Amino acid sequence: MLDTKIRADFPILARQEHGHRLVYLDNAATTQKPRQVLDAILNYYSTSNANVHRGAYGLAVAATEAYEAARAAVARFVNAWAVEGVVFTRGTTEAINLVAGSWGRANVKAGDTVVVTAMDHHSNLVPWQILCAEKGATLRMVEVTADGRIDLLDFGRALEARPRLVAFPYVSNSLGSVNPAAELTKLAHAAGAVVVVDGAQGTPHLKVDVQALGCDFYCLSGHKMLGPMGSGALIAKPELLEAMPPYHGGGEMIERVWDDHSTWNMIPHKFEGGTPNVEGAVGLAAAIAYLERIGMDTIAEHEQALARTAIERLSEIDGITVYGPKDHRAGVVPFTYGDIHPHDLATILDRDGVCIRAGHHCTQPLMRRLGVPATARASFYIYNGVDDIDALVTAVRKAGELFGVPLPR
Amino acid sequence: MSDLGDLYQQTILDHNRNPRNFRRLETANRTAEGHNPNCGDRIKVYVQVEGDTISDIGFQMPDGAGCAISKASASLMTTAVKGKPVAEAETLFQAFRDMLSGGAIAPGKLAAFGGVRAFPARVKCANLAWHALHAALQNESDPVTTESARDF
Repeated sequence: MLDTKIRADFPILARQEHGHRLVYLDNAATTQKPRQVLDAILNYYSTSNANVHRGAYGLAVAATEAYEAARAAVARFVNAWAVEGVVFTRGTTEAINLVAGSWGRANVKAGDTVVVTAMDHHSNLVPWQILCAEKGATLRMVEVTADGRIDLLDFGRALEARPRLVAFPYVSNSLGSVNPAAELTKLAHAAGAVVVVDGAQGTPHLKVDVQALGCDFYCLSGHKMLGPMGSGALIAKPELLEAMPPYHGGGEMIERVWDDHSTWNMIPHKFEGGTPNVEGAVGLAAAIAYLERIGMDTIAEHEQALARTAIERLSEIDGITVYGPKDHRAGVVPFTYGDIHPHDLATILDRDGVCIRAGHHCTQPLMRRLGVPATARASFYIYNGVDDIDALVTAVRKAGELFGVPLPR
Repeated sequence: MSDLGDLYQQTILDHNRNPRNFRRLETANRTAEGHNPNCGDRIKVYVQVEGDTISDIGFQMPDGAGCAISKASASLMTTAVKGKPVAEAETLFQAFRDMLSGGAIAPGKLAAFGGVRAFPARVKCANLAWHALHAALQNESDPVTTESARDF
């Protein structure tokens, strides 16, 4: 397990919450930022800020170099097909909307099928709902098993419709399930589909190799992996991007503009209309450097060890139900405690400085299938330790006392 | 520092554990649904108005569960307005809402929710049922949400 000395890199972890040490266990929502990332952003604005790709002066060249170096860092981090196959976005949501709005609009037609799963985050569901409604296409949702994995039998049945596109999460944000992304991709490709992997929860926690996964589009968010909010990327096969129409019109994405039409810049710039989030890209690159220094395999082991311990300790409490698969899971631990509503749990835990998420986690179709309106969710990252699990368990027990140790439902 | 005991007062824990008027009211002539999209809680309020009086009232949580604050608030609300003139229910609604936004403590048992003020993330939970009641009395047919009601 990683040494908790690492916390010294994260200024926010010095914060006191209601007189307690901050125990931040909502990392699946967003992670905290190390000083190295904050410094990189400050340094960018202190030394290199200018608009990119257009200035003929040295400062603009420095900004452009910083921005493009960040793109190369992202490409290397996930083993992208090519550096120009990395489009910077505001995050995973925008990356998926880009695929739906550009590739989807050009390629999905009336009568076609788009496949998603019942564990997809709303961001990998709603864009496809919008596209299918617009095109008169069918949206097919693959079921999940009782223990929170993608139902492979139902996945196979869904592929019989020869879908145009198949989308699924690498790691479920609600359950922590690590999906067999390479295997699912192979099956979907055999059925003739293009594959979109939502990597929002996978990228921060696992060593990602998009070429090994074999998918066509891979989406990630910087803020879930120590980077700034509003940073993220779409990783795509360059030939797909070449053939796709633009997504946002504006500056930067054009080659030449006439009165009534325009031609497009080369990829990836064709998809980056407007002044980009350069500080976001620079911060993301610093986050990647930080993660690479620790090593993604070490991070995955650390989180999985914490999740195992948390599940063990929580399960010792009568009335606790932990959701999600027994193995192949990341550092996400969703649970309920008797009939105490997760929001009440979150409020009570907060008084001990323990931050957890309570609610539907942007996966309402999944919650319906689990038969619960909401769950409490503890999710771990590199700065969490066993002392955080101690604080979590102590606070959960307090909630039980306050509510009179409820009976299991 | 506000204590958890200020939020989860005995009255609230009791109404959460044993909600009053927790039923669908078949004779209701006014109904409305409140929805808090932040947490997904939904409350349906059934009101029977005879003349100017709320002769009976019930509530349900269509998803089967709500947090202790929203459930206890709905329960206490039904006991506070049952048998009261419509105008008085609206006055209580105003007093309750004022209390949660930092104003004077509301009358009677509604005062139990004064502690919610120290927990801003939970104010909408306490308000949810009251907004549904208000909508029902106004005969608004669209579900109200904690986002659409202007002064939630």
